[in-house]
Amino acid sequence: MKEILLRVDDLHTTFKTDKGEVQAVNGLSFDLHAGEILGIVGESGSGKSVTAYSIMQILADNGSVKSGKVLYKGQNILEYSADEMRKFRGKCCSIIFQDPMTSLNPVFTIGNQLKEAIKLHTDKKGKELHARAIEMLELVGINEPERRLKQYPFELSGGMRQRVMIAMALACEPDVLIADEPTTALDVTIQAQILEEIQKLQKKMGMAVILVTHDLGVIANMCDDIIVMYGGKVCERGTADEIFYNSKHEYTKGLLKSIPNTTNMNQKLEPIAGTPINLLNLPKGCSFCTRCKNAMKICLTEPPEELFINDNHIASCWMNVKEALEEMSENPEVQ
Amino acid sequence: MSDNSNVILEVQNLKKYFPVKSGFKKLTLKAVDGVSFTINRGETLGLVGESGCGKTTVGRTLLQLYKPTDGKVIFEGQEVTDKNINEMRKKMQMVFQDPYSSLNPRMTVEDIIGEPLDVHKLYSNRSERREKILSLMELVGLNAEHATRYAHEFSGGQRQRIGIARALAVRPDFIVCDEPVSALDVSIQAQIINMFEELQAKLGLSYLFIAHDLLVVQHISKRIAVMYLGKLVEIGDADEVCNSPIHPYSISLLSAVPIPDPKLERSRQRIVLEGDVPSPLAMPEGCPFRTRCKYATEKCDKEMPPLTDRGNGHFAACHNK
Amino acid sequence: MTTFDVNKTPKKYALSLQMDLSKFEKATDEEKKQQDVMSESTTFFKDGMRKLFKNPLAVASIIVLAFIIATIVVAPHIVPYSYEEILSVEGKRDKGAKNLRPFEYSKAEQAYIEKGNFRFPHIFGTDEQCRDYFIRVIYGTRVSLVVGFFASLIVLLIGIIYGSISGYAGGKVDLIMMRIVDIIYSLPDMLVIILLSVVLSNVLQFKPDSFLAGMGSNMISLFIVFGLLYWVGMARLIRAQILSIKENEYILAARSIGAKPGHIIRKHIIPNCLSVIIISTALQIPSAIFTESYLSFVGLGVQAPMPSLGSLANSARGGLQSYPYKLVFPALMICLIVLSLNLLGDGLRDAFDPKLNK
Repeated sequence: MKEILLRVDDLHTTFKTDKGEVQAVNGLSFDLHAGEILGIVGESGSGKSVTAYSIMQILADNGSVKSGKVLYKGQNILEYSADEMRKFRGKCCSIIFQDPMTSLNPVFTIGNQLKEAIKLHTDKKGKELHARAIEMLELVGINEPERRLKQYPFELSGGMRQRVMIAMALACEPDVLIADEPTTALDVTIQAQILEEIQKLQKKMGMAVILVTHDLGVIANMCDDIIVMYGGKVCERGTADEIFYNSKHEYTKGLLKSIPNTTNMNQKLEPIAGTPINLLNLPKGCSFCTRCKNAMKICLTEPPEELFINDNHIASCWMNVKEALEEMSENPEVQ
Repeated sequence: MSDNSNVILEVQNLKKYFPVKSGFKKLTLKAVDGVSFTINRGETLGLVGESGCGKTTVGRTLLQLYKPTDGKVIFEGQEVTDKNINEMRKKMQMVFQDPYSSLNPRMTVEDIIGEPLDVHKLYSNRSERREKILSLMELVGLNAEHATRYAHEFSGGQRQRIGIARALAVRPDFIVCDEPVSALDVSIQAQIINMFEELQAKLGLSYLFIAHDLLVVQHISKRIAVMYLGKLVEIGDADEVCNSPIHPYSISLLSAVPIPDPKLERSRQRIVLEGDVPSPLAMPEGCPFRTRCKYATEKCDKEMPPLTDRGNGHFAACHNK
Repeated sequence: MTTFDVNKTPKKYALSLQMDLSKFEKATDEEKKQQDVMSESTTFFKDGMRKLFKNPLAVASIIVLAFIIATIVVAPHIVPYSYEEILSVEGKRDKGAKNLRPFEYSKAEQAYIEKGNFRFPHIFGTDEQCRDYFIRVIYGTRVSLVVGFFASLIVLLIGIIYGSISGYAGGKVDLIMMRIVDIIYSLPDMLVIILLSVVLSNVLQFKPDSFLAGMGSNMISLFIVFGLLYWVGMARLIRAQILSIKENEYILAARSIGAKPGHIIRKHIIPNCLSVIIISTALQIPSAIFTESYLSFVGLGVQAPMPSLGSLANSARGGLQSYPYKLVFPALMICLIVLSLNLLGDGLRDAFDPKLNK
């Protein structure tokens, strides 16, 4: 078993709004191993981006981590001081955001911003700094790096800007790269290029990647392990094959049936009923119970426990318990 | 081409150019540069392409929301002009992409859906208006008691339903759907897609479905048209275009679409495009794709390839394939 | 992370699950009703008012303004003096009632009181023409508020119409209209007012004792100048707001339905401008009052004997050393009004400006 780089333990994050307290993340736990690509998939309100921001401690002013631990190499980074956190960001863990348009400062050149990122965590100066900046641009597949360094963000296309973001994030060779919807704002062909780039870089530099997205196609392509989130909790976690071909949570099953795929092209889609969850008013039991067509009474009152489906697969759904019990009652010898 | 009596919309050589001032130079943005297609009654034509290809502009120019620079739009045999546009507006409608900005935040649901009825005076008294509005709400799956609420109180999916009800108020025959599900959550998209299909079956509607999500478009459309930089490069039956594309751009576009199926993804070959996208402000002669196409020849530099029939109603605009 | 092997499920789960299976169907109906409750319906207006009343400064301003308005309505009925009345005791002009301190009585009045009569106190004292100062301040406030209000109304009307035509039409029309605005902006307003008032005082002949005569030609010229010059700020604001509203898809949707431009402006654009209009009006009124006060201060405001806060402040300059209170009262009143309206305007903006909303 590979080294556990990052462990999130029972994370609770809330936001104070004038309508009440929004519970964005409600008891999230997962492990990230070195060198793996972990996908966190969920819709809006699932808490996936908030999880990423909680790890990096870049929540908005009204957001705070209420309880839980985030252990990086054994140390709880939630207890870091501001200084320690600054050293953590960029050097140990970096993040790239969704919109490359607004993530880069329009009044500074690419070179300026890239060198700033490098300077923050290394001692490089002058020629060495310049050389490293060129190296980073070449690494992310930007041609004519010398010319690009002098350009401003508006002179670059969306895909280029995202590559620059990746270069800035990797400048200090972090152990963990968090990519928050990195290709949602990009065209399909550019998306394919960027995702490929991330895969290449991951293989080359050996870092772990947390890919946060709502696109199941992107997840299927990129990730070794997948976490499905709904209402701030983990529904299911497993390898890509397990999640897609052997899903054991009603939400995942519902989601897979509701998206157009090569398998259901000529059939009617089976949507998930209802509207997305209201984070101000979470149900007592399973957060998905109100939209689940197979909901049972226990689902309304008690949040499901996380169970092992097999060595590679964990799910929190009462349906699995029901099925196991039914199986047990049919085959009483099998214990 | 298809059976003429069944054609509800014919677009001939539609062009829309936007003048752009860059310093002292006057440049032209050729957003739509000679697009032609037909749509049959009761059918959905999917229009796909990446940002900047002009698909949204096609939709808006069709409905005369932008004045076409050139070309004709022929609806049910009649050419759409300034003179008959008011009548045409009752037959051709649009559903917009952003459920948040396409509804006036100061209007109640009843007023939003009732506005087309008001503009075209489609009722004789207030109770008839109310009745029509309530039946439209039922058609799209909204609760009658929500009529007095304001748009901002609803979720994205429900707002999109309001937008659809508004488009249906005048009982149109044809609807341009401009990325209607792109801004919605994945689990809600299916509800709206199903609703579009049900309404089509119930009311005999024809759609021009503009989107960038190829899987969604393939699902809902009978035929698909692919656009690149203002030109139509391929058009044909949906499954055929998606499974056996002919134009090099379509091939690379389709190979880039992520499919939610890990085994399939692992075995796929992605075709990566090299080269730069030319600026739409200074479009070169010839095929717009040639700067990135590995099959490009000298002929491609000089001559824009026409859409030629490859059999089965499948057309592609390429000299070499 | 708690995990347990599904095959080792404790017996208690089995029991509880058995209950559930039989009551499956009922659960779904309940759930639907529970979760489908939408939050209380609020309009944009109600939402904004709620926010406004949570703002302590805004509430304080509203209270102060309400108090001032109540006072100027009620006071003339309580205080027996009129603003132009030269004080007299028992019919005889009281020359000793000059420049009395607040709550001070003149010798003649004291004699009158000793005889057993009641003499309403001079709350702010009197001025150098033996007139009760309090009632003059009250009337001055009235004039200032009325002038401020009507001047703002003129600015509002002209500004909205001009700005909305310019913003909606766009293109060349917008270009020309905005250049006119630029030219007007560059005119020196003081100069125009002075010129106008000189011209008007010669040209306009009012009937003596009419309301207009009471106001004076200076006031008329003030209103005319407001109508000519001061609407440009509002016009620019409205135009900017319209340009941003035009970008919204619901405008395009209205066009696709077949709505004509007039309908779109009336039903879609103006209602969405309302918050901007209310806010800038609230901020416009103190500006108009200030301008009027300034003009009265330099002698171009209301005609004597009608007081205005500015003219009162002006005449108080002379006796500043000996009677400082005569400047303090009108100045304080101006400050109170202008400050409360400004704070109210700020509060309105915070409450209603959709850009500040999430």
